[in-house]
Amino acid sequence: MEVNSNSSISIRHLKKTFDGKDFVLNDLSLEIPRGKITVIIGYSGTGKSVLLKHILGLLKPSSGSIRVLGQELTELDVDDLTKLRNRFGMLFQYAALFDDMTAMENVMFPLKEHRRDLNKVQMQEIARARLTEAGLSDKHFLKLPAEMSGGMRKRVGLARALALDPEILVYDEPTTGLDPVLTEMVDNLIVSTHNLRQGTTSIVVSHDLYAAFRIGDYVAMLDNGRVLLHGTPQEFLESDIDLVKRFVAKGVRKELEPKASAPKPTSVE
Amino acid sequence: MSYAERRERVNQAFDAIGRYLMSQVREFVREVGELSRFGYEGLRVFFHRPWRGTELVSHMEFIGNKSVTIILMSGLFTGMALAYQIYLGFRLVNAVSLVGPTVGLGITRELGPVLTGLIVSARAGGAMAARLGTMRVTEQIDALEVMGVNPIQYLVSPRLIAAILVMPLLTGVFDFIAMFGCWLICIQLLEMDEAAFFDRTYLWLEPYHINEGLFKAAVFGLFFAVICTHRGYNTKGGAEGVGNATNRGVVLSMVMIIVLDFFLTNIINVFYQMTGDYRWK
Repeated sequence: MEVNSNSSISIRHLKKTFDGKDFVLNDLSLEIPRGKITVIIGYSGTGKSVLLKHILGLLKPSSGSIRVLGQELTELDVDDLTKLRNRFGMLFQYAALFDDMTAMENVMFPLKEHRRDLNKVQMQEIARARLTEAGLSDKHFLKLPAEMSGGMRKRVGLARALALDPEILVYDEPTTGLDPVLTEMVDNLIVSTHNLRQGTTSIVVSHDLYAAFRIGDYVAMLDNGRVLLHGTPQEFLESDIDLVKRFVAKGVRKELEPKASAPKPTSVE
Repeated sequence: MSYAERRERVNQAFDAIGRYLMSQVREFVREVGELSRFGYEGLRVFFHRPWRGTELVSHMEFIGNKSVTIILMSGLFTGMALAYQIYLGFRLVNAVSLVGPTVGLGITRELGPVLTGLIVSARAGGAMAARLGTMRVTEQIDALEVMGVNPIQYLVSPRLIAAILVMPLLTGVFDFIAMFGCWLICIQLLEMDEAAFFDRTYLWLEPYHINEGLFKAAVFGLFFAVICTHRGYNTKGGAEGVGNATNRGVVLSMVMIIVLDFFLTNIINVFYQMTGDYRWK
């Protein structure tokens, strides 16, 4: 199967059913370009989270192919999948910090698990650098998640995702439940982190089209388990597809300008 | 209503009852299979790298050390109550010198492991289910998986091994303190002959009686840890799901300990008979 070399992730004809009848993902194909921010949007229940779990190897597809960083995910055994996952970093919706560990310990956790060549001091140095990069003040480094605000937890979650210098960064609904100020802070954090780490592929799953247009180089909209439209924010604004027009009308403010034009993504078919 | 209609209704009722019972049996078999697979996987991956020694010690401390006070209290009063009840009965047949060995046999073979299992499963098992359930609903288990860490090996295995190792130790503590309670009642309160008390106890109570109880305790530890971690690990929903998982985990563990005790007693006796080591005097 021919795979686009500019793609970090190449999904082809992906199908997923849990009960053998209803397909949550129905012949979904998508190319996620290397080094860009791709935002996956859609209404609730359109298969965004299921798609994300497939990309992370947490679910096995009913049929179809998922190539991540050149490796066919469906053919990997547990050990190879674990190695591949070390090249991912993920920020969960509510950060998913280990609540019995401090911010520092949370960031050091992936290092302890996968970088046994480092000593404790080196791990602490890396953890401090990542927390600073994520914008957390050093007075919060030794706080437990329960003692932090939502924004601080997101920063620690991002620092933990960055701990192993991932090639792919995944954000699962990063702004859900946050107020507008925090939402903008998290959006800016995603863009600044991406700009600092050239070559890193960022995937943001969201239902916030406003944020998608602010941060995304490309936007992919899912509907009924398929990609309804995949293109630049400008292409979304100009789309004639009825559902896209309705989504855009509800989600985007008039004054919003899409991000500077990016090259058109490579077609799958 | 005609006879045929009445017969049809009765048939339908029996049909519904049969279907319900069959669905329950199917559910039970499925549950046992799932628990067995989960427990096997939990034990198997413990011996894979990376070793989880720190987690093991920390869970042993949580299950063992933090349960000692409650075990001491329960053991002391169980021994005292049992001694007094048996004394009241044996006094009628002039056999009070046998109170010590009777309490000893009852405690070491049955009550020690069973009560320790019930107490520890309620305390530590409930905490296990709640902890893993909370981790599941707050996506911490997903985070482990995405980070390339096997959650079964990191979260479940150390808890299973810790429960297996710690339960016999706690049962030993329970046995000892219960016998101390028995001694307090018999010797200090009822002023029985201390030499006769110890002589009869040594005569009737054999080390293999104690071992039998300790073995049962290890099995109970494995069972309650598998049940509670499984419930917590597979929690669905939010806070309500965690509450349900904890509740179901603890209740099922307690029932299983009592049911299992009966079967284990029989299996151990058969084992003694087969190996020729059965020395019931």
